[in-house]
Amino acid sequence: MSFVQNVPCFSILMTMFAAILSSAAGGKTARKISIGIAAAVGVMSAFLLVFLMGTGDSYAYMMGHFPAPWGNELRAGMLEAAMALLFCIIMLLSLLGGGEEAAEDVREEKANFYYIMADLLLAANLALVYTNDLFTAYVFVEINTIAACGMILGKFNRLTIASAVRYMIMSLMGSGLLLLGICFFYDMTGHLLMSNIREEIAVIAGSGAYQVPFLLTVGLVSVGLAIKSALWPFHAWLPNAYGYSTVASSAMLSSIVSKGYIFLLLKIIFRIVGLEAFVRSHVTDILFLFGMTGMILGSVDAIRQNNIRRMVAYSSVAQIGYIFMGIGMGTTGGMEASVYHILAHASAKALVFTAVSGLVRVSGGKTGLKDLSGAGFRNRAAGAGFVIGSLSMIGIPGCAGFVSKLMFAKASLEDAFYMIPVLACLAISTLLNAIYFMRVVLFLYTPDDVHLPEEGRDAGHGKEAGSIRTAAGTVLAGTAGENGTGTGNSLQFRIAVTGFICLNLFLGICTGPVSEAVKTGLSIFG
Amino acid sequence: MGNNLASNFAEIAAVVLFGIGFTDLFLHKNLIKKIIGLNIMDTAVYLFLAVKGYISGLKAPIIENGVQSTEAYINPIPSGLVLTGIVVSVSVSALMLALTVALYERYHTLDLDMISLKMKGMEE
Repeated sequence: MSFVQNVPCFSILMTMFAAILSSAAGGKTARKISIGIAAAVGVMSAFLLVFLMGTGDSYAYMMGHFPAPWGNELRAGMLEAAMALLFCIIMLLSLLGGGEEAAEDVREEKANFYYIMADLLLAANLALVYTNDLFTAYVFVEINTIAACGMILGKFNRLTIASAVRYMIMSLMGSGLLLLGICFFYDMTGHLLMSNIREEIAVIAGSGAYQVPFLLTVGLVSVGLAIKSALWPFHAWLPNAYGYSTVASSAMLSSIVSKGYIFLLLKIIFRIVGLEAFVRSHVTDILFLFGMTGMILGSVDAIRQNNIRRMVAYSSVAQIGYIFMGIGMGTTGGMEASVYHILAHASAKALVFTAVSGLVRVSGGKTGLKDLSGAGFRNRAAGAGFVIGSLSMIGIPGCAGFVSKLMFAKASLEDAFYMIPVLACLAISTLLNAIYFMRVVLFLYTPDDVHLPEEGRDAGHGKEAGSIRTAAGTVLAGTAGENGTGTGNSLQFRIAVTGFICLNLFLGICTGPVSEAVKTGLSIFG
Repeated sequence: MGNNLASNFAEIAAVVLFGIGFTDLFLHKNLIKKIIGLNIMDTAVYLFLAVKGYISGLKAPIIENGVQSTEAYINPIPSGLVLTGIVVSVSVSALMLALTVALYERYHTLDLDMISLKMKGMEE
């Protein structure tokens, strides 16, 4: 066994130890630990990915040298390593890009708790990616939920507390259904390791027993995870949770947490139920329908928003809809497209959230669309980030979103039944995406020199500083004064935006190797 | 069918309780009642697991008088799962209760509809 095969185990343990370490550290040190651990685990995952691309196979990792039915198992293949790498990159860049805002939003004496939650969030998602045991998956789902709640509460005020409560209620309903589903799986098969359940289920399916319970179980697990990842009718908690929390949290919630749950669902489909049995259960039809409705209605809701953070949050509902539509098609092509869209949406949405925080910062802390006019000139890095992110969401060639939409369209052509609805929904949803994202981009690049209290920040003149203080929130005025630079962009923010842009362009341009890796990854997934 | 119902009455009770808890969590406006629902729901799952692991007439899986045969004891794995689950649900309930306190201090109500209304008022 090669040493690099220890990476899954090490990366989970390291992130958990980082969380423990952070509990004894101050806020700033905890932040450094979080960033350091995300970078270290990212590098390790990259090594693992390269190693697995070389071998072209997946492997099971025994925890503590106890063999399969007794011991806990991890399993890693290309897809898992790629997903872990993506999570680490997003974590790293979100912490860098949202660092300043987090420093303002999170109370100083509580700052280390925020980064403990961030570490636990990463640990839980890495565990969800790598684990081969259903009950372990459940435990980490709950850790993920609690950590995500902590991330929402990073900025502790009336709005976030109410959002966190609503998030917890929906999320707990989801975990309840998931837990019951897992218990049913255990009841029917007598196993908790995914590969063993798979074998038993093949036997059961052959004998024709347990048809109804099996259907029920698949439904429970799918709906439970769909609630947790905010599929359309279950998305009520999402806009507030993403819209009011500090920006690093929003980026992580939308790009890591919900994707972790979807990845777990994919694992259950491929590794436990089997794609064919999953399609036969017709749960796919429900997911397909909900996904398509979400694509349209999420975008319609986004158009109706006047608050840019909430608009971006609603756009997540639409994008989650795309992913579930692909899963609902029930074909390998659809699944590949979904996985690609997970990568694309995760990188684009984190970029958009980070960019929005920069734009809002130069607009006096106001989040209304009208207040943002001209913000693209005032903060060029953030403006560029928002434009690239939007283009990727809309699906302009060269950006990540284009590739996944193309893959969805291609996948739909395999089956005449899905072709018309999928193509129609893709077209409508793309149009709606373009409407609300381009509207913002137009606002951003509309020169607004009639009344600009924030203009002073560009020039740094003293006389306008007074008007900043009156017009803008006091907190933001404080930053402007301290930084003294034009846009108040720190080096970290620039690095984060540049990193995200590169990630998006990489996924949009190097499509061949990435989609090939996704394809092989999925084929050795089960 | 009737026979199955009679012999699996504990499982049925568990699933019915789960339904009650889930509906409570889903539909009640009052936050405390929602948390009670959450606990009923989780406990119902533990009842289900405990019933599944129990083999009538056998003892708890603690070795007694050196008897190591698996025939002598009930299945210990569901008990382990229940323990893990209890830990999870205790922490989740604690978090929810803490949130409820914080929420009540700021909104002076436990009614989620009222809280949503007040939130809307703040957004405008």
